[in-house]
Amino acid sequence: MIAVALKGLLGRKVRALLTAFAVVIGVAMVSGTLVLTDTIQKAFDGIFNASYAQTDAVISGKEIVTGSQSGAATIPASLLATVQELPEVAAAGGALALIASNEAEILGRDGKALGTDGAPQFGIGNDASNPQFSPLQLKTGQWPVGPRQVALDAGTAAGENLKVGDTVTVSTLGAKHRYEVTGIAGFGGVDSLGGATIAIWDMATAQTLLHKEGRYDTISIAAKDGTSSDEVLRAVQPLIPASLQVQDSEAQAAADAKETNGIVNVVRYFLLGFGGIALFVGAFVIVNTLSITVAQRTREFATLRTLGASRKQVMQSVVIEGLVIGLLASVVGLFAGVGLAKLLTALGGDLPEVGLVFTLRTVLVSLALGTGITLLASVMPARRATRVPPIAAVREGSTLPTSRFAAHSRNTAIAVIAAAIATISVGIFAGGLGTLAVALCLGLGVLTLFFGVALAGPHMIKPLTRLVGLPARRSGGVAGELASSNSVRHPARTASTAAALMIGLTLVTVVAVLGSGLRSTVESAVTDQVTAAYILNGNDGMPFEAAEGDALARVPGVNTHSHVRVDKALVAGEEKDVTGVDPASIERFYRFTWTDGSDTAVAQLGTAGALVTQTYASDQELAVGKKLSVQTASGDRRALIVRGIYDPPEIEQMLGPITISQQTFDAVFPQPKNRFTFLDAGAGASPALTTAAAGFSDAAVHTGAAFASDYTEGFASFLNFLYVLLAFSVVVSLFGMVNTLVLTVFERTRELGMLRTIGMTRRQARRMIRHESVITALIGAALGLPLGIFLALLVTRALNQYDIAISIPIPELVAFTVVAILAGLGAAIIPARRASRLNVLNALHYE
Amino acid sequence: MTSVLTPPPDSGDTASEVTVRARAVARHYGAGETAVHALRGIDLDVERRRLTAIMGPSGSGKSTLMHILAGLDEPSSGEVVVAGIDIGGLHDTDLTTWRRNHIGFIFQFFNLLPMLTAAENIVLPLKLAGVKPDRVWLDELVEKVGLSDRLRHRPSELSGGQQQRVAVARALISRPSVMFADEPTGNLDSRTGGEILALLRHSVDALGQTTVMVTHDAHAAAIADRVLFLADGNIVRDLGPSSAHEILATLEEMTER
Repeated sequence: MIAVALKGLLGRKVRALLTAFAVVIGVAMVSGTLVLTDTIQKAFDGIFNASYAQTDAVISGKEIVTGSQSGAATIPASLLATVQELPEVAAAGGALALIASNEAEILGRDGKALGTDGAPQFGIGNDASNPQFSPLQLKTGQWPVGPRQVALDAGTAAGENLKVGDTVTVSTLGAKHRYEVTGIAGFGGVDSLGGATIAIWDMATAQTLLHKEGRYDTISIAAKDGTSSDEVLRAVQPLIPASLQVQDSEAQAAADAKETNGIVNVVRYFLLGFGGIALFVGAFVIVNTLSITVAQRTREFATLRTLGASRKQVMQSVVIEGLVIGLLASVVGLFAGVGLAKLLTALGGDLPEVGLVFTLRTVLVSLALGTGITLLASVMPARRATRVPPIAAVREGSTLPTSRFAAHSRNTAIAVIAAAIATISVGIFAGGLGTLAVALCLGLGVLTLFFGVALAGPHMIKPLTRLVGLPARRSGGVAGELASSNSVRHPARTASTAAALMIGLTLVTVVAVLGSGLRSTVESAVTDQVTAAYILNGNDGMPFEAAEGDALARVPGVNTHSHVRVDKALVAGEEKDVTGVDPASIERFYRFTWTDGSDTAVAQLGTAGALVTQTYASDQELAVGKKLSVQTASGDRRALIVRGIYDPPEIEQMLGPITISQQTFDAVFPQPKNRFTFLDAGAGASPALTTAAAGFSDAAVHTGAAFASDYTEGFASFLNFLYVLLAFSVVVSLFGMVNTLVLTVFERTRELGMLRTIGMTRRQARRMIRHESVITALIGAALGLPLGIFLALLVTRALNQYDIAISIPIPELVAFTVVAILAGLGAAIIPARRASRLNVLNALHYE
Repeated sequence: MTSVLTPPPDSGDTASEVTVRARAVARHYGAGETAVHALRGIDLDVERRRLTAIMGPSGSGKSTLMHILAGLDEPSSGEVVVAGIDIGGLHDTDLTTWRRNHIGFIFQFFNLLPMLTAAENIVLPLKLAGVKPDRVWLDELVEKVGLSDRLRHRPSELSGGQQQRVAVARALISRPSVMFADEPTGNLDSRTGGEILALLRHSVDALGQTTVMVTHDAHAAAIADRVLFLADGNIVRDLGPSSAHEILATLEEMTER
């Protein structure tokens, strides 16, 4: 029986291949994601481990606030001297770490900062006396000495074609200097840290440039022979203040890697989610394709039954077919994924350069997912195959008996849809659920909803075809009319083909509607809060150098300005954004809507005053006059008194939950950065401002009028990214459409032969297939778009505390419909050609 | 529409009486030693307003001959002229248009579109050609084939005989120069088959429809004005109106040879 199944499969190679492709894409997305994220993780792990290769213990500042611009507490050089004296210690060296506070922009010949947007730009010191603690290896030239020399990482140097002896400008904390390049260095065995850049000075120069004179970020310690790292830890521990910590090098490397690992994990699960969607759509396609082939092979199964095959054997033969297709597709998908990951790393060039990491886990997960889903999808068609009676072998035109559940299908569909909506509603409206539970309810609910709509599909095909087939019947002539009536011949088949496309279209519609709503909400929130002629804003909303704000404020024509500083700090034990504003000028640009207090509160900020948002005040039960404690990344503590409570729009608060005066801010945070710089100037100042801001790598100047829409631009590109990921699912459903059409053309061979005989031209035949394909695609759109809008409205309703506007993005929805039509036309190319090239004589003799 | 598709007004005396003319039509598949010769040089004139039957055992080439005459297959050599048009030089689209105008076709398995009603199936050739059906002609035709009360039914709701009547009406609707019937009774019981044969005979007598019927049923061939016998790709006998008995005897005589 297995042999029969395999031989049969060989006989239908093309179809098997098309079916397999539906799975290949999903598996490729999964394996590609795993390979890519594993590779990124390995690269960073390698770097972090290399940093401590010959180190037994590391002293560092305790991380109080993650992601702070100012960094953790630094270590005085005196402590290094003390540690070096310890009898357990063979050697110890101080270093500046690759952290956000050690920022240095290497400027290219065009004056722009090198490196990829958003990637870090580090500046560190080289301790020539302790090379064993340094992750840096000199590749060519000499280590820099003195305030006029610098070394660069090999990746950056190669990218800009900088050589030893060249001169380069590096900007540190807003100060630009020219340096002679004396050396090119590798880092932890790799030439580049992806898009990151590293400038290397001698230690004293780096400390001065980074405002860390006589201080280090870390001290690396090597134990004497015969001394364990535990003994070193015990010896060092009593020497260090509470703001510092000492741990063995492995723990330190793990801690260093924690943040990148966290980000990599988020990326991994995010991308896997889209791979999962593509696989789900693939499952639809497989169920559909196998169902059609089973129906077309009715006579074959009946013949097998008359020859003595049991029902179980018939079932096995179909399931084995699914297994083989699934396995084949999974293997192809696995390697396609590796190729995808390779392509992405090559294209982006943003990854630290290490070989692709291809783990056993990637292989197992990909194969298990692809094969498992295909196998699962083949069970239903296989069960139908078992219900072919042997007598069908001798009857002309025997068809598959209808499903046992067919009679109840309408009620089943309604029940499934109701259950799905109930699950989604629980996820959205029930309070007190954890994030995981909510995500699970939503995911499961939406999947069930798709399933339910697919079940209900056959009942909706006739009315839907009447609707979306209108253009075909009106303008497509007899080909369009025939296509329209062909669409309703197998409602279940049309429905499940369209349902596969529907899934992708529903999800892009959800993204579009929510995105449009969020965008308009954010834009109006921005306009409600800020009025300024010009605004300097960090790229991607990231903080930018305070010096850049100052530079713009000095541009002739600027009347007034106000900076908004930002950094993270622990407030009442929680990590929060703290903003610093200039009490004298902020109210010209920012509109406070007071719930407690008034504009005088701003003037009263002084050195200990704070403004808090209504949300934060309610959370913490704060009122004007109450006290707040703030602890910065370096461990500084400060007591604040609430002077005013204001209520900005919930969705986009341009100031942090806690706002203090700029003077206090600069005293507490050693390396202040700006969130915004607001400027008041006439239209004439525009060119000067643009020129002044041209050299800024991390910020750009916007006019007040365009600011709101510029502000949400990053958001728009995130939406585009989501569209691209969802496009994979649409492509999967495209394979389903091709499949169904090819099988349909095959099934109607004789009919096509008759039509050609009685006067249908090749063109008309192609047209007929194209129209049928477009009708199927439009049914997918007619189901998917309203479903997407419905889901988006549900989510908006659930997030009602954020007052998200309901905005139906008509241009996007029209675009999706056009995409559906194009998908239909694309899917029809091969089947239409087959139909038109059909040999009429063979078709007439075909049985 | 290209000029080759409209017959010249007068193609001479003989041509006006001959609808289909085949000269030295040969058809072989493959080449060299293994070549199969389906037709070995057929010369044939099908007269207007006559019912010509083509008989012969399986493999005699009778189906191939019909397909070539109907423009569905191309001869390896030779010439086919239908209604004054040499179809040898026509490409697919021209050939299709020519078929619309000049050929009607009846199949053994009816070949109706299951999703269309009887009436829609009948007018399908006209719709494909983008021609509006002539209401009077359609009514007359439906009346003649006896389907007046079945027009809104779909093929699945019709008996085999009724389905073949729809197919006959579909073949006649465009008033073709010649109607081909491929084993029209092959899939029907003898009584229903007889009714269909009567209908074909009637369409020749009353409508003057030139008809070519391929069959291996002697009773079917007995309604013809002329019976051709094919064997091994050659016309071996050419009889006038013959009884089923005479036809069977001829077939017997052929197989004995």
